[in-house]
Amino acid sequence: MQPNSKETSRMDQIIRRLPYALVALVGVGALMTRTPDPWIMVLILGMLVLGGVNFYSAWRAGKDFSVVDFTIDALRYIIIGLVLIGSVNTLAAGRYTLEQWVNLFISGLAQGSIYALIALGYTLVYGILLMINFAHGEVYMAGAFTTVFLAEALNRSGFLNAYPLIAIPILLIFAAGVSMLVAVLLERIAYRPLRNAPRLVPLITAIGASFFLQYTFRGFYGSGHKTYPSVELLSGTVTVPGILSIPVAQLFVFFAALALMGGLYLLVERTKLGKAMRAVSENKEVSQLMGIDIDRIILFTFAIGGALAGAAGVINGLFRPQGVNFTMGFVPGIKAFTSAVLGGIGNVPGAMVGGLFLGVIENIGPTLVLSGLGIPGVNQLKDVIAFTMLVLVLIFRPQGILGERLSEKKA
Amino acid sequence: MNETNKKNTSFKFNWQGVLRYGLLAGIVLLYVGVIGMVETFNEREVIYTVLTLGQLLMLFPAFVAAYVYASRTMKGSTVSTQHVLGVVGGGLLIGLLAALPTIIMIFISTPLDIRSILVNVNRNWLEVVTYDNRDNLVNGSMLLALNNLGAALVGSVIVLLPERVRRAVVVALSFSLVVGVMGETVRTILEQLIPDEAIDVIFRRRTLRLEGALGIGVLAAISSLFWAQIRSRATSTVEKMPAQQQSMVRYAQYGLLLGVLLILPFLIGRALSDVMVTVGLYVLMGFGLNIAIGLAGLLDLGYVTNYAVGAYITAVLTSTGALGIASTTGLDFFNFWIVIPIALLAAMLTGFIFAVPVLKMRGDYLAIATLGFGEIIYTLAVSDWFRPIIGGAQGIREIPNAMFFGTEIKNPEQLYYVVLVACILTLIVSIRLNNSRTGRQWMAIREDEDVAAAMGIDVARAKLLAFTISAATGGVAGAIFVIKVLTVFPNSFTVFVSINVLSLIIVGGMGSNPGIVLGSLVLVGMPELLREFSEYRWLMYGVLLIFMMIRRPEGLLPSKIRQRELATTESSAPAAAGD
Amino acid sequence: MTQQQADAILYSRGMTKRFGGLVAVDSLDFQIPRGSIASIIGPNGAGKTTFFNCITGFYKINDGDIVFNGQRMNGKTADQITRAGIARTFQNIRLFNNMTAIENVMVGQEAHLKSTWMGAIFSTPASKRENEESEARARELLRFVGLSGKGDVVAKNLSYGDQRRLEIARALGSKPQLILLDEPTAGMNPTETAQTTEFIKRLRDDLKITVVLIEHDMRVVMGISEYITVLDYGKKIAEGKPAEIQSNPAVIEAYLGRGAAASSRIEVGDN
Repeated sequence: MQPNSKETSRMDQIIRRLPYALVALVGVGALMTRTPDPWIMVLILGMLVLGGVNFYSAWRAGKDFSVVDFTIDALRYIIIGLVLIGSVNTLAAGRYTLEQWVNLFISGLAQGSIYALIALGYTLVYGILLMINFAHGEVYMAGAFTTVFLAEALNRSGFLNAYPLIAIPILLIFAAGVSMLVAVLLERIAYRPLRNAPRLVPLITAIGASFFLQYTFRGFYGSGHKTYPSVELLSGTVTVPGILSIPVAQLFVFFAALALMGGLYLLVERTKLGKAMRAVSENKEVSQLMGIDIDRIILFTFAIGGALAGAAGVINGLFRPQGVNFTMGFVPGIKAFTSAVLGGIGNVPGAMVGGLFLGVIENIGPTLVLSGLGIPGVNQLKDVIAFTMLVLVLIFRPQGILGERLSEKKA
Repeated sequence: MNETNKKNTSFKFNWQGVLRYGLLAGIVLLYVGVIGMVETFNEREVIYTVLTLGQLLMLFPAFVAAYVYASRTMKGSTVSTQHVLGVVGGGLLIGLLAALPTIIMIFISTPLDIRSILVNVNRNWLEVVTYDNRDNLVNGSMLLALNNLGAALVGSVIVLLPERVRRAVVVALSFSLVVGVMGETVRTILEQLIPDEAIDVIFRRRTLRLEGALGIGVLAAISSLFWAQIRSRATSTVEKMPAQQQSMVRYAQYGLLLGVLLILPFLIGRALSDVMVTVGLYVLMGFGLNIAIGLAGLLDLGYVTNYAVGAYITAVLTSTGALGIASTTGLDFFNFWIVIPIALLAAMLTGFIFAVPVLKMRGDYLAIATLGFGEIIYTLAVSDWFRPIIGGAQGIREIPNAMFFGTEIKNPEQLYYVVLVACILTLIVSIRLNNSRTGRQWMAIREDEDVAAAMGIDVARAKLLAFTISAATGGVAGAIFVIKVLTVFPNSFTVFVSINVLSLIIVGGMGSNPGIVLGSLVLVGMPELLREFSEYRWLMYGVLLIFMMIRRPEGLLPSKIRQRELATTESSAPAAAGD
Repeated sequence: MTQQQADAILYSRGMTKRFGGLVAVDSLDFQIPRGSIASIIGPNGAGKTTFFNCITGFYKINDGDIVFNGQRMNGKTADQITRAGIARTFQNIRLFNNMTAIENVMVGQEAHLKSTWMGAIFSTPASKRENEESEARARELLRFVGLSGKGDVVAKNLSYGDQRRLEIARALGSKPQLILLDEPTAGMNPTETAQTTEFIKRLRDDLKITVVLIEHDMRVVMGISEYITVLDYGKKIAEGKPAEIQSNPAVIEAYLGRGAAASSRIEVGDN
């Protein structure tokens, strides 16, 4: 609603900044005095007042009142409030040491890098085709689940631990290949015929493909878990007393993922192929007129996304003890999609940022916020945090942190 | 997708086609073996000592490939000797190619210890694909090849037959094979209707005999020959009647259907009635979700939340155990009938609450967001946080049967009637909404949201309404589910339920009520009846969804609207010049 | 308020619409005399459709006022504006493609319908009655635009000319006092154009609706308009009766370029 006079805008700006000031005040105050309760009262009162002021100024400006908008605004306040109250309580109680927080943060980064690698597959495909490749989680699973056999073989022969710096890249390449194959088949068989179908159709096909792949691999390898053998090079911990103590494996995950993401970035920004991908992403029709073979580029996009997911699968397997099985793709798939949207769908750096962000929040959140709110069994609720982030970002900022980068709408 | 028509009198052998279809069939045959489907299916006999489901499955790829190849090649051409030779020759080649990958696997599976990776390529598998010749792989492979050649031959020859003969043969084969596969079910139904001695002629225990199969085949073939005539005569008679009589005919049809539905439990027996209760619950949910998806175009993948809310409310309010409201607060007057409206309203409230945040989202984001809601609810239901209220992973037990005027409702037959009533009521509501102002609002929003708003439609309100009403049936279904199983565990409320309901809407036909019933019978009923299908049900759902979307997105029994949407239209005059 | 504004069914003061750095409509003052047939013309890109979108609430204006029947319309949503009495058609025809013609027109009546979902579920007499009346009125409107008998045809299967007519029928469903037609004769041959022109006159004469056209076809514009507003680059460069516009040098310049002004006037054949 645009009022035709300019008087209220300065007042508006001040009102909009007030919640941040409130949050900062309460946060600092609670931490310094270590008695959270009175500050929480201040917070609640402050939010009620601000909410009321907002409501009043909107009413005065003659805005139309919509229940929906009101609820969403209220939701925003409630969430901010809850997060703040929980964090303040936890920090003020001082139950956790700095070292523990740093550990949580770094393991969040590690987990997040895996999400980021998978998210790149989602974001590249959405940027070009405007479709959510629901089956991408299974592409990830395919690489991870298949490569475990190779890893076991390398382990049995001793090669894995004798020459890890050769063996691990072999595993990565193998997994990337498998996942790439699955992704490419997926595109050719299930998605290509539906390029011009109305929006819902490819989505439903993708759901079907997801199930098909899951249960195909169950049929192949059985329904049990298999674990990656442990690599001596990656065991052990890095310690800085009082500040952190993290497993080497986690560092490996983070840096390996970073290297792969860096490689992708170079590919997309510096090579001719990458330029073609970006062109098709911007405008399919015009790219075709410029002589770019759309089918090939799309195929290639799926292939790259698949390769990254496969590599992620191996990296994940090597650093996590709980192993691989045919259902391992579903939840990480959704979390990776969340990461892609968080960072801005279609936006390559965004997927990386989104993944890391989600990993950290999901790791720190239960301990920081939920235990402060008095909720029992917080570690079971990691997934709830992730899914809630998904819903929240879709409601409040669907364009993500770094903004969307999408092709023109399909006709 | 379409191949070019070969309108020709001379025949050119289509090597590419043969190779393509043959190898495709070969890969499929290998695939179904590797994932273990062939072994599992082999446990069921289709025709006593003659054919198992596994063997039937193995014949399928070659048959279908040859059939499709033959139809595509013969399109528009006349039958000449050259054609016959070409088609049959191609068919035989396809059969050979179909067997090839599996034969290769037969020979390498033991030496290379394939079983350590592909767990289902084991001795059982070997036994089945070599037709019990595990010790003599060469013989086994030849048998396999021969069988495939035979299937492919039949497939290609069928296309060459004159139309009426072809139809008769296809009908005969399908009928007898279907009766064979569904043997147990058919027998159970027949047992209610005709004496055992008569049944034993065509069945041996629960399996169809060869004589039975042949007999059914012949009967079906003869009927098909006359069916077309009878049908066209009946339709033309009806069309000649005045309008009023025509609607009477239609009412008579509905009346007949209703009558059959009412006496169904007596026709099919207890075990099958139980299956029908489950089918009915999914039909109920399908009708509900159809309002959101089929009418308003809102892809709700979190539908299971409504189901869960309805179930848990019913459980908590009626349970006599520690978590039941009777124990915690002493309010013990809740029985099922009081609880049903509460469950319904609770589900509607849930639908409403979850709809508010997603109102402004685009189609696929909406789907993912609702999926997220479903997962959140599931995780919370299993968590320790909510355990004091709803029992965590152990769930709630000690739920008493519902009572109906003094008698306990505990038989499947009785439950069936509860479900039937719920379905009929929902159907009436759905039809009325479809033809109303509200229905048109939803359709307009689905077509063009901005223009719909310009016409004066309150889009937010209409969407909220769609979500809320569609949620209601989920709640009722959840409540009925609870008194069926008398316990409630969070494991029953996973995303699979939502996908299940979505699938049956898609397969049956979005927006089409008869389609939903058919979808439920196929996707929910069949796995219940055939354990083998149940094991592979998600795999088959996946394939089915992909197949339907590519080949027949309007569903098996499409509604008129959907047919319009997906049909190609004649192009109109060129668009207006831009501004 | 000037005398002109008092006579106008719709007028604006300083209406401005910006898209980021681009000013699509620039401080526009215009008026549409009540009961007239008025036209908005201008070269391509002049901002004509944007202008329509602003009036009907598809876009929110950045500055200025829009007044309809004495009421300020700024910031009202599209459905509120429809209820207030303004209806429109679209340049690229935006029908509800998979609904039948009669369903399209029935949706057009939304602004005046009252039956609720509960009424539908319980099939109340009021609900049924409104349904029947709504359908009857829809058929009447279809007859008025010349589409009788095609009510049950799915909108996307109608011919181009019929689709245009259906869009108008749908717009009439909301009982508007003012109807905005966006290039109603685009893509039509001379016969169809003449028919459409006649029809527009009937709209105003029989239904007492004020009509505003965006048009490129000068025959139509000069033929039936009583008042013309000329836009270029989002600004109004001329307004008045057809004869005045035809010889207005600023208008000629906008269409034909500088230098043409001295030696010509806009002929009916120019397009």
